[in-house]
Amino acid sequence: MAQLFPKSANVHARVTILGLVVLICGAGWATSTIYWSPYTTEVDVPLQQPIPFSHKHHVTDDGIDCRYCHTSVEKSSFAGIPPTETCMTCHSQIWTDAPVLASLRESMATGKPLKWVRVNDLAGYVYFNHSMHVAKGIGCSNCHGRIDQMPLTRKAQTLYMRWCLDCHENPQKFIRPRDKVFDMAWQSPSNQLEQGQNLVSQYHVDTTGHLTNCSTCHR
Amino acid sequence: MRTRLVILFGLVLTFAACRPDMENQPKAKPLSESDFFSNQANARPIPPHTVERGGARENAAFYTGLTNGTYITQLPVKLTPELLARGQERFNAICAECHDRTGSGNGMVVQRGFPQPPSFHVDRLRNAPIGHFFDVITKGYGVMYPYATRVEPEDRWAIAAYIRALQLSHDIKGSELTPGEQQKLENKQ
Repeated sequence: MAQLFPKSANVHARVTILGLVVLICGAGWATSTIYWSPYTTEVDVPLQQPIPFSHKHHVTDDGIDCRYCHTSVEKSSFAGIPPTETCMTCHSQIWTDAPVLASLRESMATGKPLKWVRVNDLAGYVYFNHSMHVAKGIGCSNCHGRIDQMPLTRKAQTLYMRWCLDCHENPQKFIRPRDKVFDMAWQSPSNQLEQGQNLVSQYHVDTTGHLTNCSTCHR
Repeated sequence: MRTRLVILFGLVLTFAACRPDMENQPKAKPLSESDFFSNQANARPIPPHTVERGGARENAAFYTGLTNGTYITQLPVKLTPELLARGQERFNAICAECHDRTGSGNGMVVQRGFPQPPSFHVDRLRNAPIGHFFDVITKGYGVMYPYATRVEPEDRWAIAAYIRALQLSHDIKGSELTPGEQQKLENKQ
């Protein structure tokens, strides 16, 4: 009987098997790269806003406290986007002719709010409460990064569920004293784990499983 | 044939779920946009004369700083160290931008060109009744905008009390301090 396969079939088989492995690994690598890239996560990508508002200028250069504009951050789930009136508290007197603020003045005159674009947009099935996090010693910069150094506002974290759980599983790694919550430059001390553990019990952070319960965030 | 139908049905079910409806639910979030209301905002303006639960505001002195049109001279809440601490925290966060932390009116925003507010350490304001400070925070004064929507009445009294504390401490002589406080001051310098 004649040979069923030509001799080159050996090479073809090897190349096919190897090719398949490379293809599968490559697809996995490509998926993960895209998944974690700013293309998907939108981390560090400034969005187009009606006014190129600079947190860096207002917070670092002018020394304005977070709570001056985000007034409800300590008492509500929503930190609050300031109304036009808050901007005009200063800008009725300074930078009154700046072309960049034309839409602000128009908003004040017409009563139509500025349409800021949401930078940290959580999915509709996620419940998040600012006041709770602030009250339990999670600082602004834990989630928003060094927003005081951002000329244009951008997302600092992926907001993926894995990222939320990193802290919900081990709050002692991230918790800070309450009086440092609005301190942008705060860095975890060398004894963070020890201090964090103390703060977790001092602030009654429930580590018995409540924080990782599905319905804590998906309610 | 039947197997194929089952597979097809399974695929249809699987990919029918691939829509962002759950991610972008049609519910109204704070400040979200509306295609229903004429001003395109989901948040509704509060109808006039609405009284929130527990918001009857019968205590006029507490909510306006005035009784029968004159400023009250006594703090309508109990003066405690906690109240002063709260006042200090709020003052430094919300007022110090212009009034600066000592109340002299040289805040960073003033240094950037905002008209300078008067110092709290002038006779007119030293002698002003405490209700005046509450009233100014509530309604604004001169080029200062009202803060009624930004600072709760309780916090406005805390701030007013703290301003009094700033005024009292501003001109105190070093020799009037207790030895412990003097030592603390030395260490700070």
